[in-house]
Amino acid sequence: MTAVLTVPASLDEAQFESVIEQLAAVPTEAKLLVDARHCRFATPYGLTALLCLAQSRVERPDFAPPEDEQALSYWARAQFFKYAEELYTIRGTVPKRAASGDSDVLLEVTPVNGNEDVQGIVRRIQEKAQQILNTTLDLEPRSTMGFSMTLSEAASNIIEHAGRGGWVMVQRYNWAKRRVGRDVVQIAVCDAGMGFRASLEGSRARALADRWDDQTALEAAVIQGVSRFADPGRGQGIKGMRGWVHRIDGKLTVRSGTARIVPIIPDWDEDVPLQGGLLPFPGAQINVIIPRRMAPP
Amino acid sequence: MSHIDLSVALDAAAPEAHHHLVTRRTGAVVRTVIERQIAKLAEGSVAVLDFSQIGVLDRSCADEFVAKLVLPLTMERPSRESYVVLVGVSEGHLDAIEAVLETHRLALVVRFDDGVTHLVGTVSPLERQLWECVMARAGAAVEEAAEAVGLALEEAQATLEELVRRRLLRRLDDAFAPLGAPA
Repeated sequence: MTAVLTVPASLDEAQFESVIEQLAAVPTEAKLLVDARHCRFATPYGLTALLCLAQSRVERPDFAPPEDEQALSYWARAQFFKYAEELYTIRGTVPKRAASGDSDVLLEVTPVNGNEDVQGIVRRIQEKAQQILNTTLDLEPRSTMGFSMTLSEAASNIIEHAGRGGWVMVQRYNWAKRRVGRDVVQIAVCDAGMGFRASLEGSRARALADRWDDQTALEAAVIQGVSRFADPGRGQGIKGMRGWVHRIDGKLTVRSGTARIVPIIPDWDEDVPLQGGLLPFPGAQINVIIPRRMAPP
Repeated sequence: MSHIDLSVALDAAAPEAHHHLVTRRTGAVVRTVIERQIAKLAEGSVAVLDFSQIGVLDRSCADEFVAKLVLPLTMERPSRESYVVLVGVSEGHLDAIEAVLETHRLALVVRFDDGVTHLVGTVSPLERQLWECVMARAGAAVEEAAEAVGLALEEAQATLEELVRRRLLRRLDDAFAPLGAPA
């Protein structure tokens, strides 16, 4: 019997929790249909997390693409189907791999399996999106490098710690009508690998901890900069990301297993700094939101 | 002084990186190349690492490349006497370099595009004061530096020796000299 997971109409980081909730009720080896027919909007986090979902299944799941033509076209331009076709059995037809002429898609869904993928991602962002980033976010030159550095560190986290490949995507939005009231760029870096808790299993933090779960592991990695390696120079990637996101008034969230941490909550948003006991989802999912620089008062 | 263009070294070691120093693996590969180049230089040489053609530098790569290149040179008894100076460093590079040096309690001499040379990383106020004194004079004897800074001779001597051990100054007969001064 096939279990059906309904993708919500709007698939962002918060709404993906409803997909995880449905997933938790289905045994790992069960046949699955991911039904996105009524989905009309998806963020980089939503798209990359859907690919992770398929990676985590024993049996190749089925996928029903959005019926909404705009959504379907966007998902194709974002190169979602290019990779979804490798992981899902697509029910119905989807647009062929359209070249992305969409200037809001700063980086299409891109696999991260090795060192050269991270180098390729940085190269593409530097070549293709540099000008757009400067105009969209009004970043100072020093901060523009911080953007590529953040992308590189988040993607490197997959090759260093996940134990399997993952996905990256970057998208620009006009959020003038939202509380932040300006343009933003979103970076999503998701994998379905071992997650922070398993990665830190052999670390000193684990040995010293009275309690050890996804929440403590996330705190150790994201707040204390703990790495599974004893080398004191390790763990600097996330620390650097955190510092840069804080400096430019951005937001960083990391979900892994049953926990989620938001080390940077800007004034323009509300969130819970640390949550444990969530429904499980494999790997690690990083979401970064960078708003346009505010003009000095 | 021996000039090493990092973009050339990076092209040779990892052409797919396209002048971006990102990821630990890239950092380790480039460090190996630079270590070999430094090993070929005469004892006591200064290697000037030129970042001017480097695009992005992330912290993981900076840790693997910059910090791990400098660490063995600053040990109590290093296998050879070598010095490193960074040039062509942008503000974006500096973020990563400063962070990894501070993590390992290291420091480096960095010459910026305006020609001004700075100490970057972990340095005590006294170390900085004496280093700047030697720089301003293009070399100084311990007595001269002690007097200029208002320190007891022994304390000035110990701090200057520590700056030499940290590869931030050089010994020049009985005096102390900036990196790059004629030996």
